[in-house]
Amino acid sequence: MFKKSVASFMVAAALGMTSTIVIAGDTIKVGVLHSLSGTMAISETTLKDTMLMLIEEQNKKGGVLGKKLEAVVVDPASNWPLFAEKTRELIEKEKVDVIFGCWTSVSRKSVLPVIEELNGLMFYPVQYEGEESSKNVFYTGAAPNQQAIPAVDYLMKEVGVERWVLAGTDYVYPRTTNKILEAYLKGKGVAEKDIMINYTPFGHSDWQSIVADIKKFGSEGKKTAVVSTINGDANVPFYKELGNQGVSAEDIPVVAFSVGEEELSGIDTGPLVGHLAAWNYFMSVEADANDAFINAWHKFIKDKKRVTNDPMEAHYIGFNMWVNAVEKAGTTDTDKVADAIIGVEVPNLTGGTSKMLPNHHITKPVLIGEIQDDGQFEVVWETKGLVPGDAWSDFLPGSKDIEADWVTLKCGNYNTKTKTCSGQNY
Amino acid sequence: MSIERLCRLFFIPFMIFVLAGAAKASDMALAEVLEGLKDDSFNKKKEVISQLETIDDPRVMKVFQQMLDGDLHFQEQEPQLLVFTAKTDDGLAVTAVVSGETLGVVNKRDLNKVKVNNSLRKDLRAAIAKLSLNNKDSKVRRDAVRNMLRDIDSESVVLLRDRQSIETEGLVLDVLAVGVAIYELGSDDASLRLAAVDILGDSLESAARNALLPLVEKNENGQYKLEDRELRSAAIKALARIDAKLKYNEWAETIYFGLSLGSVLLLAAIGLAITFGVMGVINMAHGELIMIGAYTTYVVQLLMPNSIEYSLFVAIPAAFVVAGLVGVAIERGVIQFLYGRPLETLLATFGISLILQQLVRTIFSPLNRSVETPEWMSGTFEVNSALALTYNRGYIIIFSLLVFIALLMVLKKTSLGLHVRAVSQNRQMARAMGVRTGWVDAMTFGLGSGIAGIAGVALSQLTNVGPNMGQAYIIDSFMVVVFGGVGNLWGTLVAAMSLGVINKVLEPWAGAVLAKILVLIFIILFIQKRPKGLFPQRGRAAE
Repeated sequence: MFKKSVASFMVAAALGMTSTIVIAGDTIKVGVLHSLSGTMAISETTLKDTMLMLIEEQNKKGGVLGKKLEAVVVDPASNWPLFAEKTRELIEKEKVDVIFGCWTSVSRKSVLPVIEELNGLMFYPVQYEGEESSKNVFYTGAAPNQQAIPAVDYLMKEVGVERWVLAGTDYVYPRTTNKILEAYLKGKGVAEKDIMINYTPFGHSDWQSIVADIKKFGSEGKKTAVVSTINGDANVPFYKELGNQGVSAEDIPVVAFSVGEEELSGIDTGPLVGHLAAWNYFMSVEADANDAFINAWHKFIKDKKRVTNDPMEAHYIGFNMWVNAVEKAGTTDTDKVADAIIGVEVPNLTGGTSKMLPNHHITKPVLIGEIQDDGQFEVVWETKGLVPGDAWSDFLPGSKDIEADWVTLKCGNYNTKTKTCSGQNY
Repeated sequence: MSIERLCRLFFIPFMIFVLAGAAKASDMALAEVLEGLKDDSFNKKKEVISQLETIDDPRVMKVFQQMLDGDLHFQEQEPQLLVFTAKTDDGLAVTAVVSGETLGVVNKRDLNKVKVNNSLRKDLRAAIAKLSLNNKDSKVRRDAVRNMLRDIDSESVVLLRDRQSIETEGLVLDVLAVGVAIYELGSDDASLRLAAVDILGDSLESAARNALLPLVEKNENGQYKLEDRELRSAAIKALARIDAKLKYNEWAETIYFGLSLGSVLLLAAIGLAITFGVMGVINMAHGELIMIGAYTTYVVQLLMPNSIEYSLFVAIPAAFVVAGLVGVAIERGVIQFLYGRPLETLLATFGISLILQQLVRTIFSPLNRSVETPEWMSGTFEVNSALALTYNRGYIIIFSLLVFIALLMVLKKTSLGLHVRAVSQNRQMARAMGVRTGWVDAMTFGLGSGIAGIAGVALSQLTNVGPNMGQAYIIDSFMVVVFGGVGNLWGTLVAAMSLGVINKVLEPWAGAVLAKILVLIFIILFIQKRPKGLFPQRGRAAE
């Protein structure tokens, strides 16, 4: 135990030294940790480009603290353990001051021990299952209460849905989200027999029987909806099969948490018109900030057809928050920036301002959009104000009593019943 | 004469004035109602739709249809005319709704879309259904009636009865009868109700079944809610009849799904059956050859954007040639030096597969590409109201069998086939007889690769076209070839189809993940018992 704390002290001391060295240099290094090859390249390459664009724009404005920003891009190749190695490389070898990165939860979980050990700083831009709040990570994507719960509320109240299909890919995000949703629905009086849960492997491509099952489940007189946490590539054949078997959005709407503009750009959206998605940002939102962002993006990527999406907005917010916090703290030192960033407010792309909360999550509006035939979403419903991100779900028995607060409690996993702070469990 | 002329002189302009006035009056009324569609509120639009339904005007139907298709806009600038739009190359061609005047082509930014949501779409469909009850096309009429079945009230049942009295088409009459029967379930006359239950019991419409279900509902104490015992037992019998028929349908559907999955497996594996089965090369890049075929389809569609309908017929030979050439290059460039060293072949081809994937990522970007499905391949073939088979799957089953037969013919009837068999049976002897074994190896590998390319064309219609698509099929392909018996094409056919059906029979019962695991376990056990697969090669060739 003593050895360990000495070790961590040494590491902290070493880190303190490195940060002074970096400040003495004339650039501030920003690590970009997104897969550029392998399965996740499809989603993460865009985020790498977004970061490069944001950094370029900031440099045009004169950089941060009078220094230019320098992007350090590495490729973890959709290989989860490699994410940890690359994080170590970024912090120890490249001496970056902040990392923007990860997409899948499993990659984030693999980065966590390293980033906590080396006391780094990371911004994570993707909607995720919650149940986590690390001292060194800021979560700019949606927590379940900023996406899944409002979406289900919308379906229940506005559409009158009584039967639910929870369909997902078989891994941690869908499983946790569906667990939360199931508890939430049952709390609202939905009977066991009116909930159908279905998991499929990654990249599942033969959806015939599942779609037939959903069709049957939905033809029993009660209004039915599908809540889909199906991830990545598997969505395309799923939607194709829905269209083929004639399941229209008026009969059985599908609300998806992982399908955005980027995913739709790979399919013919004709048969999907009317299906829903819940996000905190849509490219079609009419706001000046959004128009400017889209224009800048098209100019940077030199392709007018490229779309923008929710995780890109999350990086936009996260990056601006970090810039603000660094300027407020007057240094890039991890602890000082992490303290300074709490309470920082920056404009989001939907016309409001988002704020960093003490639990390292941010406030966001929740939007429900219907798919249009041009691959864009039409907003049909949105929350009245901003929803604060909740790290620990109130609907799961294990996490109901847990709080995350890095200002007063200095803890990401504080049990309000036993009044103890447990460490992270990854 | 002159008086008549005088009259005419007066009369004609007068008549025109009167007619125009009449037209104006209805135009005004219509325009006034349509004004509400510019409102942002969906509830307001809902009211407008129900108001429009009462107006007898041919333009109403078009408004509904265009609104449903998202083609109804209003101008951004005053006078904010409501307009129909049609897409052209330069922008949107605009026609005024009320006057029918064409207003040229404008930019999308100058128009506001009349937005619809799902509940409006539902209303629109119902309204269109009511208006198209008298359509000339019997299929449209039938769909219209089926659409109305969801919500039958005293008003809509009048429309149905009217149509029933003049309808001649049997299929439409059947659904009409169901609609009327659903309404009559609530009648006061007991005999009418019984007759209605009987009619519903013969129908496979889900609306019919749903109408019967409340009759047999039980309360918390497990007693039937419905007092009328006669009606109740009739309903129970009717439901039993429906469920028995549905059961058959379900089986037919499962078999169809299974065959279709089997045909995909067959397409993916049959190329491998040549390269692995006949030549004995463990080709880990097989999946990437499928991917190359799919990307060829994408490129072909890019090159002929105006004739997507025929693009697949061009893509099939193109994919065969492209994937075949890549295959020949792989064989000549790498594999020919590694014959007889399976481990090294495996590693080398695995490397090639990674290189090909990254190459595609660099050329086409890591994003998935969208391959369009031709019109004739989408939609379903309706066997009965409860069983509909998708066209694209049907075509792929047929296509996979055609490819299989063609390949069989090539191997059995052509000189290339003869050489291939000769080399695979006894390389030394074949060479002694003057067969250029190197050339035959390259051609055989090219043939197997080309077939993989063709599989890619078919798969592009079912799933993603992306750099990773090949990996999804490589394991399944090997599984099929090994299960069927290495070196036996018929074995591959039987193995693919049976694995497809087994998978689909297990899936509803065990879930997609477990079904896959069970099939894998089954194959492992099977291979333990019969290491050479279903149809092992016999005789000297087996050595």
